[in-house]
Amino acid sequence: MKVSFFPGCSLEGTAREYGESIDAISRFLGIKFEELPDWSCCGASSAHCLNEFLSLSLPARNLLLAEKFHQDLVTPCAACFSRLKAAEKALQQESNKAKVAPLFRGEIRVLHLLDFFSRKEMLQMVEAQIKNPLSGLKILPYYGCLLVRPPQITEVSNWENPQTLDNLISVMGGEIISWSYKTECCGGSLLLTNPDIARQLIKRILNMARQTEAECIVTACPLCQANLDTRQEEISNEENGSYNIPVFYFTELLGLAFGLKEAKKWFRRHLIDPRPLLKEKSLL
Amino acid sequence: MENKLISLPITITGDTRFRDIVVERVGKEIFSCYQCYKCSAGCPVAFAMDLLPHQIIRAVLLLQKGKALSSRTIWICASCETCTTRCPNGIDIAKVMDVLRQIQVESGTKPKEPKALVFHNAFISTIKKYGRIHEVSLLTNFLRHRGIARDKLRSGEWKNDLRLGIKLFLRGKLKLIPPFFKGREEVRKLFDQEQELKKL
Repeated sequence: MKVSFFPGCSLEGTAREYGESIDAISRFLGIKFEELPDWSCCGASSAHCLNEFLSLSLPARNLLLAEKFHQDLVTPCAACFSRLKAAEKALQQESNKAKVAPLFRGEIRVLHLLDFFSRKEMLQMVEAQIKNPLSGLKILPYYGCLLVRPPQITEVSNWENPQTLDNLISVMGGEIISWSYKTECCGGSLLLTNPDIARQLIKRILNMARQTEAECIVTACPLCQANLDTRQEEISNEENGSYNIPVFYFTELLGLAFGLKEAKKWFRRHLIDPRPLLKEKSLL
Repeated sequence: MENKLISLPITITGDTRFRDIVVERVGKEIFSCYQCYKCSAGCPVAFAMDLLPHQIIRAVLLLQKGKALSSRTIWICASCETCTTRCPNGIDIAKVMDVLRQIQVESGTKPKEPKALVFHNAFISTIKKYGRIHEVSLLTNFLRHRGIARDKLRSGEWKNDLRLGIKLFLRGKLKLIPPFFKGREEVRKLFDQEQELKKL
C-alpha cells in the first residue's frame, strides 16, 4: 500500500517521537508513506490570521505537488490537516483556484493519519498484528480541535463525540475512559503569545483528566501532545500540586502494541516519562 | 412613510466598506446572526475576552469598525473552530476573527494584543526565509523582539522557557540546523506574488 506523506514541520523537532513511531509502524505493517518531495510549510496557525492569499497559496503549493503522484495525501499533524483540507475545499471555488492554483485539478484528497488508520481494512490489519495488547491500560482519547472541527472542512461525522481514537484503543486492547473533554481546545496557538491563557486551558483538561480514573492520554496532534506533556511541571509549580499524566501519540501506542523494541526510545523523549506506568502494567 | 412598523431599533449610519469586506471574505450568512450567544457560550477563551464572539459579530453588522478592531478578542481567539462548528446560522465566526485580524494588519493600526502580531509576523518570516518552520529560528525571531524580551524578563516567564528549552534539547527535540530543500525558492515566489497582488 502506498500513499503520499506530508510530515509537517514539527515532526523534525518537538514531535520527533511521533515521526519515529510512524516510521517504525509503517515499516512493520509494510505501508509505504512516501514523503512528498520538496514539501513546504502549510502556513499553520499564522498565515490565516494575517493574509488571505498566503493562507491558501502555501498549502496549495503542496496540493499541486501531491497531485503529480496521483495518490492521496496523508498528514499526521492536525494543524497541517486543517490547512491542507481547507485549501482543498477552497480550491473547489473557481475564483480561488484562478487566483491561487489554476493548475489544480482537485483529484486527490487530504487525509489525517488517524483517519487513514481508521479505515476498516487498516483496523483489521492492525488487529492481526497485536502481540502486546494494552490490557488494563486506562486511556483517555483526546482529539483536540482541528482534527474534527469544523466538520465542513474535516468531513468528520461525529464532531462532538468522535470515535476514531476510541476504536483504535479498543483494537489495541486498551481500556477507553469516556470523558467530556475529548475535543476541548488545549490553547496550542496561544502558548507563546499568551502563556497565561494557554496554561488555564491545559489545566482545565488535565484537571478533568485527573477526575477520571485514566492513567494516560492519547493524541493525534503534535501541538496537543507537546502542549499537554511539556507544561505539566509549570502547572504543578503554579498549583502546588502534582500533575504527571503521560501523553502519548497514538502511533507510539500502536508500536507498543505491536511489540516493537524501539518504542522505548520514543518514550525517552517525553517530559512526563511514561515508562514507569508501562512497566507497572508489564507492557514494557 | 408607508410602513411605520418596520423600522430598525438602531439607525445604522457610517462607512459600510468595513462590513462589506468582512461579508466578501466570510460570506453573507453573517447577516442572519440572531444573537443566540451559542458561539460565546462554547468559546474556551471567552473568560479572557473583552468582547464576546457574538458581540464582535454585532459590532461588524453595526459598522463599528473601531470597536471590533480595538478589541482584545480578535487576537485572543485560539482558532479552535468551536463557534463556527456550532453556529445555527452557518456563520464562519472563526473566519470573521481571521478577517478582522487581516483588516487590522492591512490598515496598519496597533492591535490590543501586540504580542500576537509579533508572533504571527515571526512565524510568517520564518516560512519566507526557510520554506518550512524551523522551531528554533521561530523562537529566536519571536524572542528577539524588544517588547517580548522585556515582558519575559519582567514576568519571570523566561525561567520557565529556559528550563523547558534545556529539557527539550536534552531529549533531542530541538533541531538546531534549519531545514534545507529545493522548494524554498518557490515558497519565496509565493510571497513575491502576494506583494504584487497588494499593488493591484
